[in-house]
Amino acid sequence: MTELLQRPPKKDPQKRTVLPTTPPSARSRKAIAFSTAAAEGRLALQTCAECDHVIYPARELCPKCWSMDLQWQDIPDGGELIAETTLRTSVNTYFRERMPWRIGTVRLDAGPMVLAHIHGDVGEYERVRMIARTDKSGQGVLMALPEKETANMADDKQLRTLTCDPKHRRVLVTDGRTQLGQCTVNALAKAGASKIFVGIAREWRPYDGSAELAAVSGVELMPLDITDTISVNELAAEIGGKTDILINTAEHVRPGSAMQRHGILTARDEMETNYFGLMRLIQAFGPGMRGRGADGDNSACAWVNLLSVYALSNWSVFGTTTASQAAAYSLSQCLRGEFAGSGVKVVNVLFGPLEDSWRQPLPPPKVTPKRLADAIVHALRQGIENVTLGPVAEDIVRRFRDDPFVLERELMQAPGGQAV
Amino acid sequence: MKGEKCNTLAALATAMSSGEVETVDLTHTLDSDFPVIVLPPEFGQCAPFRAEVVSRYDERGPGWYWQNISMCEHTGTHFDAPIHWISGKDLPNASVDAIPATAFVRPVCVIDCSKECAENEDFLLTPEFIQAWEKQHGQIPAGDWVLLRSDWSRRSSAAYLNMREDGAHSPGPSADAVKFLVEERDILGFGTETVGTDAGQAAHFSPPYPAHHLFHGAGKYGLQCLRNLDQLPPTGAILVCPPLKIKNGSGSPLRVLALVERASK
Repeated sequence: MTELLQRPPKKDPQKRTVLPTTPPSARSRKAIAFSTAAAEGRLALQTCAECDHVIYPARELCPKCWSMDLQWQDIPDGGELIAETTLRTSVNTYFRERMPWRIGTVRLDAGPMVLAHIHGDVGEYERVRMIARTDKSGQGVLMALPEKETANMADDKQLRTLTCDPKHRRVLVTDGRTQLGQCTVNALAKAGASKIFVGIAREWRPYDGSAELAAVSGVELMPLDITDTISVNELAAEIGGKTDILINTAEHVRPGSAMQRHGILTARDEMETNYFGLMRLIQAFGPGMRGRGADGDNSACAWVNLLSVYALSNWSVFGTTTASQAAAYSLSQCLRGEFAGSGVKVVNVLFGPLEDSWRQPLPPPKVTPKRLADAIVHALRQGIENVTLGPVAEDIVRRFRDDPFVLERELMQAPGGQAV
Repeated sequence: MKGEKCNTLAALATAMSSGEVETVDLTHTLDSDFPVIVLPPEFGQCAPFRAEVVSRYDERGPGWYWQNISMCEHTGTHFDAPIHWISGKDLPNASVDAIPATAFVRPVCVIDCSKECAENEDFLLTPEFIQAWEKQHGQIPAGDWVLLRSDWSRRSSAAYLNMREDGAHSPGPSADAVKFLVEERDILGFGTETVGTDAGQAAHFSPPYPAHHLFHGAGKYGLQCLRNLDQLPPTGAILVCPPLKIKNGSGSPLRVLALVERASK
């Protein structure tokens, strides 16, 4: 069993904050596909299309039959630990700061022998369950976990560098007025977040669920309107230095295409929340979080963006809203670049139509706010950066991968009011 | 006659510097969190006040500070022109840029309903209440501003808008009171401390929003989100309320002042 992670003590104000360092990040262009799958929580290796040989590490051609037709495919996650050691010294600053560190060789059921980080509860020569995740450098790595869940397993020191577990962390949920915001708060409380700051815009307007929200353990309601630069800056001045996870639940959604709109004010409101709101949060909270990526057991670790899957390709039924979400999606990629090397992950959740009042006439299947909230917390605990949620989103992402231009054409032909 | 001047302004200047005439500020600060009127979500909405720094003695402008600001014409302490309402849309000189400037400096009557509003948040000003006030303070002269003092401006945040599931609850004039002020008294305009000139429940009156419908239909003006009305006498003060000169503007945020004569010291 893993030693139970205790709530981190208050920070010593006389000590300098440890700056983020990174494990080795160099990868070949071929190997980036491994990191891309790892960011989705998938374990994928190259498989030779001609001889079925599974290849590790990534190569240009099959070492067995010399075929160049190598496909990235998800592989079974079983394996066996055949050799292990504990590093006690390293020339790499990142590992020097975190010694001792367990690594080992695992024979995958799929064939290859791989070098992996080893969970503390894995015994010598035992069966293991392999995960692929992005590490603090942002690149994909392998870790061997015990085959069966052990006590306090998520608290393992090495595993916790790959995840963004809310346990003992302080989280900002930017909009608590909605069901989505409130479900997210409840899921975080259940996951052991030590403090949940909840942004409430326009406190002078009553909202459903306010009493229940205020009663959740660890919740602190804070004035926050992400359409107002002053409000965002004021909150960051207060809690920016202790925001370990930021979850942007604020969104402004209205049905309608460009020509169905009379004037630009609705589109501007959408941009004010969905794009400029994100921008304001990044400018106010980003620098502090980026500087605290290695700040102990409750370091800053994740920034969560919730985006309609139509951010990938416009659906004219919600044409101008999705245009603003496309802008937000693009900005989230910019944020990923800016957070690179900080140890803070940008988690993007692409979801299908949500079960809420603005999407009420849309047919099922829809994603309930609770399901989206649970998916956020699951992604954080697992250290997953890219989440696709709901049948509609899964379908759109699949078709986007196949051919974004075909998808664009299909969405153009989608009947109004009907999710495709 | 050339060179001769009436000495009223000189007397006023003397009275102002001696404190005999005081300037009272009836304006709320333009603050991004100050409540604005809330309409059903499918309608267009009144934009709250926003400020974005252009530069603040920094790389964007090393020696100077300035902001870009944005808001609705009806945000914060603001002026309503007749063109704001459909009933006033065809009147002449009905937008803020066309209203004669004389309207912006005029005597004001203040009807104190603060006690009644404290007891009843849906208090309605009636013709009878106005006539009872007139018994004490004299008939409201034609061409005066009339302000409803409710002390509502002392409320803040949720209590100010006082929004519930059946809508907002705040005081205002009854339809009969509006008709009386228009037809019997021919006032210049009507002002309140609440977010609008109408009562919170005025959507359910006949006609709906009587203050907007009837005052603006008769070419009268509105002022709302006023404060410090408790510092004004029932009669005798001068209201100074020039809105921004916005082309075809339906209203404008503005600084509202009152000149008040104090008992000589």
